[in-house]
Amino acid sequence: MAQAKPKDFAQAPTPAPNLLRILTLVTVIGVVIALVFALNIAGTDIEQGEVQRIFYVHMPAFFGAFLAFGATVLGGIMYLWKRDPKWDRLAVAGVEVGFAFAMINLITGSIWARPIWNTWWTWDPRLTSEAIMVLTYAAYMMLRAGIDNMDTRRRFASVYGILAFATVLLTLFIIRFREDTIHPTVVGNSPQNAQGTFAASDGVVTALMVGLVIWGLLVPVTLMWYRIRLENMLDWVNRKKMEVLSA
Amino acid sequence: MKTGFWQVTFAILRKDMLAEIRSRELLSVMGLFALLSVLIFSFALEMDREARETAISGVIWVTVAFASIIGLNRSMSSEREQGSFDALLLAPVDRSALFLGKFLGNFVVVLLVGLILLPLGTLLYNITLITPWVLVILVLGIFGISTTGTLLAAMTAQTRARDALLSIAMLPIVLPVLLASVRATTSIISGDPTDLWISWPQILLVMDVIYMVLCFFTFGFIIEE
Repeated sequence: MAQAKPKDFAQAPTPAPNLLRILTLVTVIGVVIALVFALNIAGTDIEQGEVQRIFYVHMPAFFGAFLAFGATVLGGIMYLWKRDPKWDRLAVAGVEVGFAFAMINLITGSIWARPIWNTWWTWDPRLTSEAIMVLTYAAYMMLRAGIDNMDTRRRFASVYGILAFATVLLTLFIIRFREDTIHPTVVGNSPQNAQGTFAASDGVVTALMVGLVIWGLLVPVTLMWYRIRLENMLDWVNRKKMEVLSA
Repeated sequence: MKTGFWQVTFAILRKDMLAEIRSRELLSVMGLFALLSVLIFSFALEMDREARETAISGVIWVTVAFASIIGLNRSMSSEREQGSFDALLLAPVDRSALFLGKFLGNFVVVLLVGLILLPLGTLLYNITLITPWVLVILVLGIFGISTTGTLLAAMTAQTRARDALLSIAMLPIVLPVLLASVRATTSIISGDPTDLWISWPQILLVMDVIYMVLCFFTFGFIIEE
């Protein structure tokens, strides 16, 4: 058998460290607080009514996805540089968590659009670019699954994860250079034909900030940590399997 | 001793061009595909002039994208099958030069297909497509498709589900380029004033540069071993 470098080996699984336990607890409490802020404390929107409250999950979920996909880029660059599989574990955790958050973002947006835009889905520039983004990361997972050799898989996934981030940036900035979008912007002026804009009053801003910290930071970080540990465990099991087979 | 960067690039380009001129394998397959695709679209979309003006650029670019996938698959898998790529990797040359050479080869072939498509579209759709600005968009768009295409083809050629995987991996990444190209082409052929669409070639140029830089520097990681 070819000699593997020691750093290629995954570490034996350990019980969850205390910091992770605390983080999990904080996240769970944080989710409850964010929901209280979104559902109770923030005032009801005059024009849109209760459905506007979905915004406190919708927008933070995109930034959760943004953070996770950003972690994939970091993991990809660091893996290509250091060749330590732990960076690739970060990358794959980023893609899967980010994909979940992008789906939350799409689904909540769709639920909101039904009463406000009177349709579940429309080929608006931002909706289109987000759909492209989700498909790109679905392709990432297909690509990973299609390669057997571990090193090749990690290298290709790193490169693809870096490339794929272009679609995330496109989704973020497309409403700045495509005036025909009907998607409202929160920061700065909405495009002229945006439908469903609302004023950012005090209650809205507070609830949004709480939502951003919880959905955009705490939840994705906690989930990614668990996912990294899971991937480590998988690598470890695979290595044990190889050892038994070659013995 | 290391061969010079540009020497390697042009040697690869020359090799690919020579193989293409002798076999005409890629151009005949891609050209025939392009012809069929444009014909099918023109049968499927029987429209008045206005509808044709908006549809023709979409037809052209969809055809270019799919034709380039066919070409890229062939160009990389023939290297793999005949083991010539391994020989290239053994040679003491710059890996980025290999990328640039392969890229230029793919770029030229896809551009030729695009150049065949323009008169074809003009003929079948009765809309003048051969204008300087459409040519500029064609070059910029195909440049963007070929950069990522070359990188991803080198990647998927090493996987199990090659052809299928290339389209899945490549289409979402090149979609922004396609969108910008389609928009620009539609505007130009419907005779809009320049300041309405000039931002599209600019966006295309920026995307081309970003993709080129990204692919140029990551290609080395794709073809190790």
